[in-house]
Amino acid sequence: MIPPDIKKAWHYFTRYIDNFLLAGIFLLMLTGLIVLYSATGGSSARVISQLINMVVACVVMWVVANIPLQRMMRMAFPLYVLGIVLLIAVALFGEVQNGARRWLNLGIVQIQPSELLKIVVPLMMAWYFDKAHITLRWRDYVIAALILLLPVALIVRQPDLGTALLILISGFYVIFLAGLSWRLMIGLVVTVTVSLPLLWSFGMHDYQRKRIMTMLDPSQDALGAGYHTIQSSIAIGSGGIAGKGWLKGTQSQLDFLPEPSTDFIFSVFSEEFGLIGNSLLLSLYLIVIGRCLVITASAPTRFARLVAGSITLTFFTYVFVNMGMVSGILPVVGIPLPLISYGGTSMVTILLGFGILMSIHTHPKLVKT
Amino acid sequence: MSDIVELRNHIRETRHFRIRLVISAIGVVVLFGLLFGRFFYLQVLQEEHYTTLAEANRIAIQPLTPNRGLIFDRNGEILAQNYTAYTLEIIPDQVKNLDATINELATIIEITPEDRRRFNKLKLENTRFKSLPIRSRLTDFEVARFAENQYRFPGMDIKAHPLRHYPKGELVSHVIGYIGRISDKDLEQLEADKRLKNYYGSTHIGRIGIEKSYESALHGQTGFEQVETDAVGRPVRTLSRVTPVAGNDLTLSLDIGLQQAAVQAFGDYRGALVALDPSNGEVLAFVSKPGFDPNLFVDGIDHLNWRLLNESIDRPLNNRALRGVYPPGSTFKPFMALAGLELGKRSLRYAFNDPGFFSLPGSSHRFRDWKPGGHGWVDLRKSLVISCDTYYYMLAHDLGITNIHGFIGKFGFGKETGIDIPGEAAGLLPSPEWKKRRFNQNWLPGDTISVGIGQGFNLSTPLQLTFAMMLLANDGKAYKPHFVKQQVDHYKNFVKNNFVEEVYRLNLKQEYLDSVKQALTDVTRPGGTASRAGANTAYTFAGKTGTSQVINIKQGERYNANKIDERHRDHALFTAFAPVENPRIVLTVLIENGGSGGSTAAPIARKVLDYFFLGTMPEPAEKAG
Repeated sequence: MIPPDIKKAWHYFTRYIDNFLLAGIFLLMLTGLIVLYSATGGSSARVISQLINMVVACVVMWVVANIPLQRMMRMAFPLYVLGIVLLIAVALFGEVQNGARRWLNLGIVQIQPSELLKIVVPLMMAWYFDKAHITLRWRDYVIAALILLLPVALIVRQPDLGTALLILISGFYVIFLAGLSWRLMIGLVVTVTVSLPLLWSFGMHDYQRKRIMTMLDPSQDALGAGYHTIQSSIAIGSGGIAGKGWLKGTQSQLDFLPEPSTDFIFSVFSEEFGLIGNSLLLSLYLIVIGRCLVITASAPTRFARLVAGSITLTFFTYVFVNMGMVSGILPVVGIPLPLISYGGTSMVTILLGFGILMSIHTHPKLVKT
Repeated sequence: MSDIVELRNHIRETRHFRIRLVISAIGVVVLFGLLFGRFFYLQVLQEEHYTTLAEANRIAIQPLTPNRGLIFDRNGEILAQNYTAYTLEIIPDQVKNLDATINELATIIEITPEDRRRFNKLKLENTRFKSLPIRSRLTDFEVARFAENQYRFPGMDIKAHPLRHYPKGELVSHVIGYIGRISDKDLEQLEADKRLKNYYGSTHIGRIGIEKSYESALHGQTGFEQVETDAVGRPVRTLSRVTPVAGNDLTLSLDIGLQQAAVQAFGDYRGALVALDPSNGEVLAFVSKPGFDPNLFVDGIDHLNWRLLNESIDRPLNNRALRGVYPPGSTFKPFMALAGLELGKRSLRYAFNDPGFFSLPGSSHRFRDWKPGGHGWVDLRKSLVISCDTYYYMLAHDLGITNIHGFIGKFGFGKETGIDIPGEAAGLLPSPEWKKRRFNQNWLPGDTISVGIGQGFNLSTPLQLTFAMMLLANDGKAYKPHFVKQQVDHYKNFVKNNFVEEVYRLNLKQEYLDSVKQALTDVTRPGGTASRAGANTAYTFAGKTGTSQVINIKQGERYNANKIDERHRDHALFTAFAPVENPRIVLTVLIENGGSGGSTAAPIARKVLDYFFLGTMPEPAEKAG
């Protein structure tokens, strides 16, 4: 029997944690560890290292879940300003890696400020909408759009098209959920569609154009950029219905897959567990997203609703884009599979988002008087 | 008021928000459905296609190179063998600054200037993508040292290769030949012959000699291994295996002892010796002096050594026994004698008083005998014993060129013997048609006269001369000269003896044959041109001396060896068989610029025969004058 005071302490410790969501997250993480072991060719070291990432991320989630909504709102603006300052700092003193200036060296640690902005931008936009007029006017949308476009522009310059696009999307979700009229949205879509060719000609680096061309026809460059997509499709396709079995995927075990433990970890999973495994994994993600949507729907304030909705839909977007990318229906844009891919940064960002959701759900719902 | 408006707005906003959330949820489900559809397409509808691709990815066919067949002499002495050596190889395409890298490499393992020259030559002959050796025969220590530093040298790797070695070196170089690295030209040829598949993985191919002519037997069957490979092509494990079958081991008829005896008997002389077994055409000894070290060629010879060999005045790469063409000189006379007898132009008893020269009717030009003043009364026996020229001038005139060409041609003059190593020269047995074709000139009666003593347009190889002598020794039976006596086939696991082929048989009257053989026996006896060489033998032997002119002596001048540059002196010839009653060996000795056959060539033949019959290894001969 557990002594009642320990039970009480435990209850106190976990009072801001949503158990349902946590269970889904843990199941996905466990799946991630199992696949990672196979993807690294049986490396316990990588699994342990990922386990540490998970523990750190869970601590972050716990801390964030314990922050009341009001304090979170107060942090939005300062965090946004900090994020912009860091991005400018990157542009001025950043380290160049793989041809892109993304990292800021702070002596002890290297940080990638664009990662921080994935959370901060929707937070800031939601904060703005919350503070704006009760009935939102078009001017509010314009200002929100400017809040969004400033960091996006800085990140595109790095260049880091993938992250910029994701932040753009998470910002778009905020605007969409805030209730931007359908007419304006359609107008926006048309504008984007029209401006795409212009972006293609003037706004893109060669490697970005190449990625898109490769997506349209991977076999065009079978040994170059298309190699990843082709090998990944082979891995998934050859997995069949039941899969080849854990640790038995030839594509992954024989190093035909690029980045098998990060961006392409889903190919490893898919090859070894087949369509059945894929369906179970999709269902698991769907359950987690569903729970997040429920939390969003019951969020008390506009700020909470918009933040929760944006985080949920962004999480979904990660899953969709990653799976779409490795299965060859979307271009290869370095996006990890949330909760499964190896890597500390993305793990922390994702769980930070879930922490916010939990905080929204578990803190007393204050009704404005 | 404002509270109510606010509340209404709040409710409306919440409703709006929920609608958008539901739309989002629908979007999530639809897009997940799209993913599921994609997975279904890949994993169910296209599964077979992708499984095939995955298999093709992981399985690679790797060749297993067979061991090249060994070559032995008739007594089992090894003449060509294999051993495994570590070779350091470079793929030029994968190395940025080749010279600088090789310099750096030289600080770790020894790279001689010869290695560099050889590598540069190979580089020119091959594509940039091919792995080429920079150093061969690495020691264990060098292998370990390179392995430690390998990360510094991308595009370089150590490979274990079977290497060919010729333990007898120069001694049998002109018979065995050598193998060399497969060049792009070889690959084209192999492809044309539809043999390329069997060479997938092979690095070497026979270049000359036995190594070339028996290439397909020696090479063996390449095996294959299905291996699972990773993305970089490294083998991970073996799935199935077809074992390679080693090439046939060849046993030659060559007697390495006899070969050694011949080389030693030659001393410093250049020249050739061919010895055949007259009962079946097996080659017992085959010497062309000087030879070369065939081991130099195995890894690709470097430029300097190649020039030394190729530009040497002694022409060591020239196979004199096989391709060297010389006027047969007086060694031609026994065949002329048989032609005279068989065609009824001479009888055994016919004799004439030799004035020391012959002139055509109505001409003042004198075809001189080697002995001024002549030999007195000469019959057929004496014409061979003392090698009378005048007898054969007259006989040639009486036979006419067409008869000579027709009859002597049956002894193999003017055509290849068909020996089983490549590159044989056909020599030349002249005819009016040939002269017309070659020079667009008519045959003159005078042309016939010098043909009668084996000069004029006559050219033959030492091998041809031996072949002709074999026909005389065994009473007209023509066997194809050959080196390979036996092949051990590892594939079918049986021993294949070379079928001894009697190519044709000359019908010659025994009485004539016996008379000529008797006369040739007398050549080696007191009074004969080879009497010194024939003194005190433990066996009987018959032979014919010959002298083959290198330069023409002008009318009215005499040949004087002392006045002539060494390289322009006559070649000395001797062709013989022994024992006379039941010949077991027939041989021809040619000494380049050796002077007269009786004094230089015949004593060397005697030494070789002494080894053959008595086993006495000769002391190296003193070079004359």
